[in-house]
Amino acid sequence: MSSASATESHITSYPKFVGRSLWLATEGSLGFYAWMTMLTAVFLVGANAWANQVAGGMIGTNMTDQVSWGLYIANFTFMVGLAAGGVMMVIPAYLYHDRKMHDVVIIGELLAIAAIVMCLMFVVADLGRPDRFWHMMPFIGKFNFPISMLTWDVIVLNGYLLLNLHICGYLLYMRFLGLKPNPVWYVPFVMLSIVWAISIHTVTAFLYCGLGGRPFWNTALLAPRFLASAFVSGPAFIIVAMVLIKRLTGVVGLDDPIATLTRIIRVTILVNLLMVASELFTEFYTGGAHASAAKYLFFGLHGKTALVPWTWTAIGLNMTAALLFLWPGLLSLRWRPLLVAACAMAFVGAWIEKGMGLIIPGFVPSTLHEIVEYVPSQLEWKVTVGIWAFGLMVFTIAIKTALPTLKQPAEH
Amino acid sequence: MATTEPKKLPTLPVIENPTRRAAVKGGFATLGAAAFVAAVSPLRQAAKTATAAEFMQKHYAELTPEQKADVIARLEAEAAEKYGAEVTIADDRPIPGTKFVYAINLSVCNGNGKCVEACHKENNHDRATNQSYIRVLEMPKGTMDMEQGSTTYTGTVPKDDKFYLPVQCQQCDEPPCVDVCPVKATWKEDDGIVVVDYNWCIGCRYCEAACPYHARRFNWKAPEVPAEEINPDQSYLSNRVRPVGVVEKCTYCLHRTRRGKLPACLEACPTGARVFGNILDPESSIRWILENKRVYILKEELGTKPAFFYFFD
Repeated sequence: MSSASATESHITSYPKFVGRSLWLATEGSLGFYAWMTMLTAVFLVGANAWANQVAGGMIGTNMTDQVSWGLYIANFTFMVGLAAGGVMMVIPAYLYHDRKMHDVVIIGELLAIAAIVMCLMFVVADLGRPDRFWHMMPFIGKFNFPISMLTWDVIVLNGYLLLNLHICGYLLYMRFLGLKPNPVWYVPFVMLSIVWAISIHTVTAFLYCGLGGRPFWNTALLAPRFLASAFVSGPAFIIVAMVLIKRLTGVVGLDDPIATLTRIIRVTILVNLLMVASELFTEFYTGGAHASAAKYLFFGLHGKTALVPWTWTAIGLNMTAALLFLWPGLLSLRWRPLLVAACAMAFVGAWIEKGMGLIIPGFVPSTLHEIVEYVPSQLEWKVTVGIWAFGLMVFTIAIKTALPTLKQPAEH
Repeated sequence: MATTEPKKLPTLPVIENPTRRAAVKGGFATLGAAAFVAAVSPLRQAAKTATAAEFMQKHYAELTPEQKADVIARLEAEAAEKYGAEVTIADDRPIPGTKFVYAINLSVCNGNGKCVEACHKENNHDRATNQSYIRVLEMPKGTMDMEQGSTTYTGTVPKDDKFYLPVQCQQCDEPPCVDVCPVKATWKEDDGIVVVDYNWCIGCRYCEAACPYHARRFNWKAPEVPAEEINPDQSYLSNRVRPVGVVEKCTYCLHRTRRGKLPACLEACPTGARVFGNILDPESSIRWILENKRVYILKEELGTKPAFFYFFD
């Protein structure tokens, strides 16, 4: 598929590669065009809602001084997990030399790119003054490093984005040139990305668990819990993506990676549940004021119960998914729809657990123990769905670009 | 599967020819871009109210005296234009040898809420939301557990079985809000007052999440204050009318206290429960109280080291 000679200078062949990628990414069936048009439409609705939010102030959200972070930061936290979860393909491929995984590991890396782009968009959507974003840039603005955990997050998230852009870009470019990728140019970065993936979610957990005034977040288990649920939601998304890729394109060799990821979730989903149970034990067996946020989340407090349906839905989904994953038959090709359903349940379960089930109860009751409830406004939902649509667009385009590579697994 | 005959994918009939196809793709890309511009058009409205000078303004600490004067002149003009009010904005700096602390006599406070009201007026808070930096908790006697308190109490005060706990910024010596700010838009000044540069804050509200005393407020919308109600005595780091989308907080009324006056909440308090002063002055009444009364601080276990004390007679 090489359309540029290997002797050509990178200065001319790289733009050709980008052009070719863009062309490929916009080629497809009627179904593909319908999908992209739908995503564009949803994204435009979100963009419009965000523009209105900037113009009218964040009064359009249902956030308050008591619950000062809402749906945006909830989604941001979850997306960091999705980005980190992609590493569960990289580890088998590069640390355990799983050949089958090696051929398709780029799916996980491309997911990481899309997820980080979404993270950055959610953060921008949450800023009261997005026009002042440059204040946060090192050297140009005033970067409160290393004291503010948010500056660490800026560094690790952007670093992870660059790492994955480099790895994917390099592998695809070499493929385009018809050259064998030189391990020197990507293996060290892949190894670094494994540590880095863990760091993005650890730092994001430290954003919350470092706050002494918020007992619900102030637990050392938060970072490990984040990682455990990331290693459920990331692989769950990738499994569904691979099932779809297999069905919609001619890519072969996805069944073994799907099986590997299923086995991974089988463990991580139980580890995650175990950690949730340990947290609940310390909260409820000890009791006292520290447990009031957990009480609010699970049973409601002083008659206020907005989050109770959310959290029990998450628990139901997580438990059902865990039971399904424990069943050996889930690996068989015959039960693919059930595997997809289990992945969807685990994914939505993690989304609630890390979003509405973690960020919001951190603020209820408030630090003065006022109970102010929060239900996302329509504007917040529009912006959120718009960002999701954009992320799916990025992911679709990225996968399209990588399809020729995926269709002809390279000899390593 | 790769070896089997490739499945004929359905295509759009109009775009079989590559150059034609490129034209169609270009057309759709243009259409998409136009739709995007239309979708974000409300931003133009927002851009109208923001000037280039405001966008480019540097951090407070980096402004030269000339730049500061320019900024203040601009802000005063803005107040006249937007609010129809003639205001003067000073740049009050800490007085050397001063460390302000506050104390409240809980035996005397009767929960009348005059402090809350005075703060609202003094600091040019949004009228519609009835914002204030102070919250008063009505607490059952016999507990310090805020869980049992209420900030929305009604009826005649004081009630026999209750006591009242006003909470505002504690001007901590180890302020978690300052630590978490990613852009150094908030800091602690030499006289102990934690301030915000409203023209540098990006509105991430991390400080609001970090504060254990619910002392920070976010401007969810642009504050609305009628011209005749605007307090014209303002300071850059204090009670000037805040822009939309930034965080603000109690500054111990630095536009008053750095000019030798008392905070508005203290002046308004009818019971004399409030004491304010310079802890470095051995003759001050605040110093006498801290040395002779049974004094305690809120949420001591968090290590924030408040410069705000509570005491009983």
